[in-house]
This record gives sequence, structure tokens and C-alpha cells, in this order.
Amino acid sequence: MTAVTFDAGQITPATRPAGAFTAASAVAGRSVRKFVRTPQLLFISTITGAMFLLIFRYVFGGAISAGPVPYVDFMVPGYIVTSVLFTGSNASSSVAQDMEEGFTDRLRSLPVSRAAVLTGRVVAETGLLALCLAATAAIGFAVGFRPHGAGVEALAAFGLTLVFGFAFMWMFVWLGLIAGNVQAAQGMSLLIFPLSFVSSAMVPVDTMPGWMQPVAENQPLTVMVNAVRSLALGDPSLAGLTGSTAHYVLLSLVWAAGLIAVFAPLAVLKYRKA
Amino acid sequence: MSSTPIVEATGLTKSYGKVQALAGLDLVAESGQVVAVLGPNGAGKTTFVRTVATLVGHDGGELRVAGIDAARHPGQVRQVIGLAGQYAAVEPAMTGRENVTMVARLYGQSRRQARANAAVVLAQLGLTDAADRPVSTYSGGMRRRLDLGASLVGAPRLLLLDEPTTGLDPRSRNELWEAIRGMVAAGTDVLLTTQYLDEADQLAQRVVIVDKGRVIADGTPDELKAQAGRDVVEIRVQRADELAVVAESLGRLGVEAPRVDAAVGRVTIPVDGGRAVIAEAVRALDALAVEVDDIGLRRPTLDEVFLALTGSPIDDTSDGDADETSGGDTPGRSEGATAGDAAITEIGTTTTTTTTTTTTIDAGLLSAPAA
Repeated sequence: MTAVTFDAGQITPATRPAGAFTAASAVAGRSVRKFVRTPQLLFISTITGAMFLLIFRYVFGGAISAGPVPYVDFMVPGYIVTSVLFTGSNASSSVAQDMEEGFTDRLRSLPVSRAAVLTGRVVAETGLLALCLAATAAIGFAVGFRPHGAGVEALAAFGLTLVFGFAFMWMFVWLGLIAGNVQAAQGMSLLIFPLSFVSSAMVPVDTMPGWMQPVAENQPLTVMVNAVRSLALGDPSLAGLTGSTAHYVLLSLVWAAGLIAVFAPLAVLKYRKA
Repeated sequence: MSSTPIVEATGLTKSYGKVQALAGLDLVAESGQVVAVLGPNGAGKTTFVRTVATLVGHDGGELRVAGIDAARHPGQVRQVIGLAGQYAAVEPAMTGRENVTMVARLYGQSRRQARANAAVVLAQLGLTDAADRPVSTYSGGMRRRLDLGASLVGAPRLLLLDEPTTGLDPRSRNELWEAIRGMVAAGTDVLLTTQYLDEADQLAQRVVIVDKGRVIADGTPDELKAQAGRDVVEIRVQRADELAVVAESLGRLGVEAPRVDAAVGRVTIPVDGGRAVIAEAVRALDALAVEVDDIGLRRPTLDEVFLALTGSPIDDTSDGDADETSGGDTPGRSEGATAGDAAITEIGTTTTTTTTTTTTIDAGLLSAPAA
């Protein structure tokens, strides 16, 4: 048997509790390492993403008319925004798994700001989302998508999508915390299907039944898709939109801020009491 | 500070919905000793540890940890405690060193401090060789030790261990016990929960038995055993028809009537005087020329202690399961085998072998199987 002696005297204790930044980066570091060292995570989400993208591009695409631009140019920006939700729901499950496996208890028993711990998590998950989005965009390019606007606009579209990702991530983290276990979290992630499909992401909203249109038109994902699509196509009218790009971008940022304002406090409260 | 109790709970209550997990629990743990909170599934052990760890707030009563009011200043309490829960809370994708370093950083240590302290902890827990391997390659016992290391890297004054060895195989359990003993020798206060009397016996100077959210007994392991039940000599014979003979001729050694369990071919005789009695029993059996499978002296099981204290057997189906069903823990994976199983499945973890006798005596028969 291993002879074990423990001597706390050899440990130099901290002089003060960890600051918010230190706490957030320690937690973020863990999420990033986990992601990078589990290649199947990126692989599976990319494959799944690619599969749906190809289905929409080649199977449904032929039957969908999206106005003045080829369907692939209409769909890919919408699809990329949608993948924010799918990646986010994975984060939900992973938060729930941490609760199930006692990791959350460990973190909550430590003398650090709980808001900082959650922020670190959300920032890390958003960073990883950037990788997934880049992979999805690359596949989009491969199947024929081309931005019509300036390069700056395309970059802005990407950045904006990350802002939405950050906002939605608070919601998904909160969902993971209330779910408390992976199965429940996966059940809750079904919520993202109406959100992603009853939107302008894949098809123009005016092809939907009249009663559905107001819902689809005004829900946050549509607003975000409109903003990203306007930037990617360089002109909102090419996406069948009547407002200006600035209008859609602003409106979508308001939505993002609203999501953060609601779900960040909810998540932190839930985490404090969990 | 030294005279301040490390944990002081007065009339602690906590309910999850209709289930009362803590029903006025009183407990004072002095600094400088290991206190084991012992009880069946759902007795409130885990809830109690979770309140001390400030993971849940209590509804009523008062709780002070190292003199700090846990309800008012939970943040300060977190600076003096370390928690190792029922599951190894470590990240499998990171190495052992990375895990411990991360927790050290969260305790507020500088990068350099965190690295140095992680190395100390890993070395002391015998994990230096494995330190740079991903935890996913560790055995269950190594993960638990790493988890212990992570809770120690902040040099906490009080270490909280919630069922530290549940689910471990006997060897890993012994190693973890060694680690805990080593810590105690170095002066860290420990509050642990367990459902195995054996574990409490091995580690704690003081045992607090809880049931239905209250303390029902409190004392040193020996005091409790004396109070709660006698050691028993247990004999298994090869032929069931010899049970009666054995019971009759060895009954005189006991202080109570022997119990015969024909189904498993076993005679149990409550005794005083331990080892001397065993030797006498062996001689008597030899004289009878009865073929014996096994003979041993064992401590009362938790079941028997519990029965003696409460007058009712441990009821695992009682509604007191608040710890697991509502406490945020995973139902089903909790607490492993029941104490009742422990009495029946004698895997005989030899922890303190009584070397003076020639028979296969094992005071550790209470050890539960790895669930």
C-alpha cells in the first residue's frame, strides 16, 4: 500500500481569495481543454452540422425559392445563426453533467465569485462556438455559398453571430442548471427546434401560414438571421427584407442585450442556490 | 481560535418540500479530531455536510463553521473548508496536475504557488507518477485520491468528506483511509459521513449517529459499540444438521442466546471478551469434531447498532431519502449498498487483523462490498 502522509504545512495558502478574472479564466481553461482534447466533440457537431447543411442545400433547396439570390446564399447565413442554438444546447447538457457528477458542488464550495465562474464558462463556450461556426462557414463555402457584400460586412456578420451566441449561451447555461441532469437537459433542448425552424433561417417567412407569420417574423432568431443575412448579402433587399442593414443589426443587438439581461441573472441566481 | 469548535450546529433544520432532511440537528465538533457522521441512507448526513459546505442554506437553527456564521458569511466559510463529495469531482480530460492546479487557482493562489502546491499535494497522495496523465486513465481509487488532493490544495482548516469510499474496492478504500489518516496526523480537522460503522471505527475518534435528521447517539466508536450491541462470534458449519449441536454446546460462551440461521448454515453468539472467547470456541468445536467453514469475531453491524439504539431496524424505504432525491444529488447512484447488505455479504476487508489468534478473525467484516 502506498504510504501516504499529508502535511498541510508544506502548502503555502493564498493570501486573498481569487479575483473574478482569475476565477473566470481558470474555469474557462477547463472548458477549452476539455473541448480541445475531446476531438469527437468538434467532429460530431461539425458532421451533424454539415449533414443538415447538405440536406438543405441539395435535398430541400431545389424546392425552395428565396427570391433574387440563389438559395445557398440565402440559407447558409441563416443556417450558421441556427447552429448557435444547436451548439448551445450541447453546452446545456455539459452544464447539467457537471451538476450530476459533483463538479458543480466542488466549484460552489470554493471561495470564488459564482458570477465569475459562470461568466468564465459562458465566455469559454462562446469561444468554442466560434470554432464550430468557422467550420460550418467553411462547409458553406464548399457547397457554393458566397457573401455578396464587402469582406468587412462578412466579418461583421460572423462577429454578430458570436454576440448572439454569447447571449443565447446564458439561456442554455441556465437551462442546464435547472435541468440538473443530462437527460433532462437534452429533453429541454427540444425547445430549440421550433425556435430554429419557425424563423426566417431556412425559408422566407411569407411562405408560412398567415397565423404563424407574426410569430416567425418577430422571434429573436429571425431578427438575428435578418441582421446576419443583410450583412452577408450586402443588401437586405436581396434577402426579401424592406428595412436597412443598420436597422436589423440594431434590433438584433437589442434582442441579444435583452436575452443577457434576463438569463444572466437567472443563471447566476440558480447557480447560487443550486 | 483554538478553543472555537470547528463545527457548531444548533437545532439545524432543513426541508425539501414535505421531507424533513434535518430535524433539529445538534452537533459540536471540536478542533483536532475526526468526527464521523454515521447513519443509514437518507438519515440527513449528506444534507448536513452540504449545509456545512454552504452548498445549501439551512431553514432554521444556527450553524457556525470555525466560528463563522454560515448563514451570514458563507463566503468566509468557503475559505476555510475543502469538500470531497460522493463522486470524484475531477475533469477527466485534464491531467491530475491540471485539475489540482485549477482548484488551487480558484482558492486564490498565484500561478507559481498553485503549481508548487499542486506538486506537494500530488506527491503526498502518491500521484506524482500519474500527475501528467489525463485523469481519464486513472482508476477509481486514484480519482478519489486526486479529488481529495484538490480539496486539500487550499490547505483548508476543515475537510468535509461525504461518503469518501462509497463504491471503491477494498484496496482503494484502504489507500484512501491511509491518506485521510495521514492528513489528520498533520492536523487538518475532518468531518466525514459514512454508512459503515467500520469506516467510522477506522478513521474517527468520535462518531455521531444520525437518524431522521437528528443525532441519536454520540461517542467514541468503542462507547457506541458497548452501548449498542456486543461483538458476536459467527460460525459457519458445513452440515446444517450440526447447527443445533454447535449452538447448544457453544451457547455457554455467549452472554445472550445464540442465533441460528439455518439458511446460511450460521450460528451467531453475542459475546463479551473477544479473542479469548474465539480461542475457546475453536477448542470446543474441535472437541465436537464439527466441520467448520469459517469462524470469526465481528463487531455489531450498523443494523444491529441501529436496532439497539432505536428499537427498529434500518428502513431504507422510509421517506427520509431527502439527501438523495431532493438534495441535488443523483438519485440511484447514491450511497451504494445499504448497511444491511454489509452484514450479509462478508467480503472480509482485512483492515485490522488480529494476529494473536490463528483463526480467520476479521474485525472488519462490516465493510460493505464495493457497490
